[in-house]
Amino acid sequence: MKPELQPRRVTGPDGREFEVDPLRDYYCEAPPAVHPPAYLRIIEDLFNWARAESIWILGFGTGCGAIEMRPLMTPRFDAYRYGIQWRPTPRQANLFVISGYLSVKTLKRVIRSYEQMQNPKYVVGLGSCTINGGMYWDSYNTIKRLDDYLPVDVYIAGCMPRPESLLHGFMELKRIIRAGQAEGANDYARNFAWYKDNQKRVIHDWDMPDYNW
Amino acid sequence: MHDLYDRLKARFPLGEWIARRPDLAFVDVPLPQLRPVLLHLRDQEGFTHLVLLTAVDWIETGEFQLTYLLCNRGRACDLGLRARIARDPASMESIHDLWPTAATYQRELREMFGIDFPGSPRLHEDFILEGWREIPPYRRDFDTLAYARETYRERPGRVTQDPAAYMQQQLDPGGH
Amino acid sequence: MALFTPDRSQYPQTRADGSLDIDLTSGKYLKLWQGPQHPGITGNMAVELTVCGDEVVEGRTHVGYLHRGFEKLMERRTFIQCFPIVCRICVPEPDFNEYCFAAAVEELAGIQAPERADWIRTLILEMGRINSYLMYLGGQAGAFGLGVIGQWTTYARDLMLDRFEELTGGRIYHMFILPGGVRDGLPDGFATRLEETLRELETVMRDVYDTLFCNAVFKTRACGLGVIERDWLDPYGVTGPNARAAGVPKDVRRDQPYLVYPGLDFEPVVATDSDIYARADVRRRDLLMSIDLIRQILARMPHSGPLMAEVPNVLHWKIPPGETYIRGECSRGEYGYYLVTDGSGYPRRVNVRGPSYTHAMALLERMIVNANISDVAALMVSLHTYPPEIER
Repeated sequence: MKPELQPRRVTGPDGREFEVDPLRDYYCEAPPAVHPPAYLRIIEDLFNWARAESIWILGFGTGCGAIEMRPLMTPRFDAYRYGIQWRPTPRQANLFVISGYLSVKTLKRVIRSYEQMQNPKYVVGLGSCTINGGMYWDSYNTIKRLDDYLPVDVYIAGCMPRPESLLHGFMELKRIIRAGQAEGANDYARNFAWYKDNQKRVIHDWDMPDYNW
Repeated sequence: MHDLYDRLKARFPLGEWIARRPDLAFVDVPLPQLRPVLLHLRDQEGFTHLVLLTAVDWIETGEFQLTYLLCNRGRACDLGLRARIARDPASMESIHDLWPTAATYQRELREMFGIDFPGSPRLHEDFILEGWREIPPYRRDFDTLAYARETYRERPGRVTQDPAAYMQQQLDPGGH
Repeated sequence: MALFTPDRSQYPQTRADGSLDIDLTSGKYLKLWQGPQHPGITGNMAVELTVCGDEVVEGRTHVGYLHRGFEKLMERRTFIQCFPIVCRICVPEPDFNEYCFAAAVEELAGIQAPERADWIRTLILEMGRINSYLMYLGGQAGAFGLGVIGQWTTYARDLMLDRFEELTGGRIYHMFILPGGVRDGLPDGFATRLEETLRELETVMRDVYDTLFCNAVFKTRACGLGVIERDWLDPYGVTGPNARAAGVPKDVRRDQPYLVYPGLDFEPVVATDSDIYARADVRRRDLLMSIDLIRQILARMPHSGPLMAEVPNVLHWKIPPGETYIRGECSRGEYGYYLVTDGSGYPRRVNVRGPSYTHAMALLERMIVNANISDVAALMVSLHTYPPEIER
């Protein structure tokens, strides 16, 4: 564990000494909760319509698929016309596009970023390597099934998928959201122990709280 | 490039000289001579650019081969110095004071091959891997497939074809 | 309010072993992570900054987020099976991996690629270089907040990707260069359409010149920032445009010509200032030179002849023991493959020498000291690093 994460006594600017335990003090300990649907079907449908029309993607290029995201931001493919845009911080994003293979080191950062995103949130796995390992099926450092670690709503196959297929994947995600079937965040809350168990099995130096948001 | 070999040979006891191309040669250097040879090449012969430093695992003889590839831009030629070190425990003199960039290569070699370079800066920090518990992964006796099978769950339905058998089946379905 | 005063007393003192004496609990310093999830980072890597005020006192590059273990994976693949994976080492310019690996295999196996294949390889490499530079220019402008340049260069890159798709069938990964030659010749009318693309590209580059290189904001911030001293070049292994911007005409295409470069007419692009502006300008002029080189290639390449040399059955292809190093000048510097064979059907060891390996680690950590936080992203982009080359 890194020295800055260890509990220690700190003297504040006013001269008072106090104890700091970064892993406990800086994070909320509450586990994620299942978010129930609205009390009326029609209201929930309205919410889902609004969610489907404002897909904000977290700008985190986790793998090589990120290079095909750039053309989507330009006039030729223009994902903005579908209400899709990129945000620099997880707090403002609701879609996490896992752009390709995930090494164990990145998986840890991905989990942190995912948990910091607000509900409702969605995950799109991009590329064959998120589905079954793809090219890197025998690599010691990349995970094979993304859905073991995060709840995935849509997979986009290909190595790497073209911008058109990305757009198609986003349309598919919209359809799922509107149908009220994009329950990834709730799945994550419901099967929290199972996901954590899987995550900890591959991430050996787990130096963060179980739920960090 | 052979005149270079003659000049080096007059100063240092060198091993075999393998001329791969007119502008690329490899030469075996005994361990104690490596640093003087590197210094001589850098300061006297104009081999100022350290192209790469890497290791080859010769598990059959229990040795690591370290390759220091130097480039002389003025004469447009490259020279690879090969040094053999024992595989267990693997340790080698650090050259980060000759080329600062060598520290990065040495960090990688320590992590990926388990070769120790005493004195090299930040050698024991994680470089590429994080929380790695097995033997260093680039060693030949590390089986990446077995590790991946046992660590990461597979999605059922993946079929692996042996290329030779598959081609034979495609070209000659009857099996004649 | 007091203006910034260069009071050196607040800076950390250097310990005897050369490391900095930074006491994080003193409240003077703050540790900031730029990346891996950060808009101001190139690719998936991280820089751990220790700042004093808004000035960086120490920077450390962290890589490994994209490590797939290519060198290990290639050891358990036959030579021909390596081809689909080598190009995935570098996304913006995958063709260099294909070329270097193919050339290394050819050299050890004693195969000579036909001349026409060499011309097509050169054409592909130059097209890939243009793509990579276009990505860079967009990123460099974006790092200074000039977002629209990225829109234009991405548009131009898409046009180039269309040509790639027409030629090879793939947008990003082409897998076109095989040991022994290339997969196919140019399609009918390809040269005309490529010429149209080049003309469009020149228009875009004129606009980029007017809006980026003549832009007061860009000039004010980029000139004099991030200087690489000339005597750092060799100790830090600086190659490519970063070295050429420092006034050293280091260009593998000229120094140790490969493929058909000996027959082409060009001079390495050089600048003297060695700051971010000079590096951007070298890359812009290099891009224009690539356009010129492509025109030369199209005009002079043979249109008939074999595309593949005689290659043994690749399923049972054993290569005699040996080792070699093949280098090429990619858009970021010297790209090389070190290949060792042991007489079996598998490579014994492959080592990829990416230019970012030295640029993003030792050099960046040195350059970043005393930079302003807001300039860190621009500094990083200006070295044109690409993390998968570092960790592979």
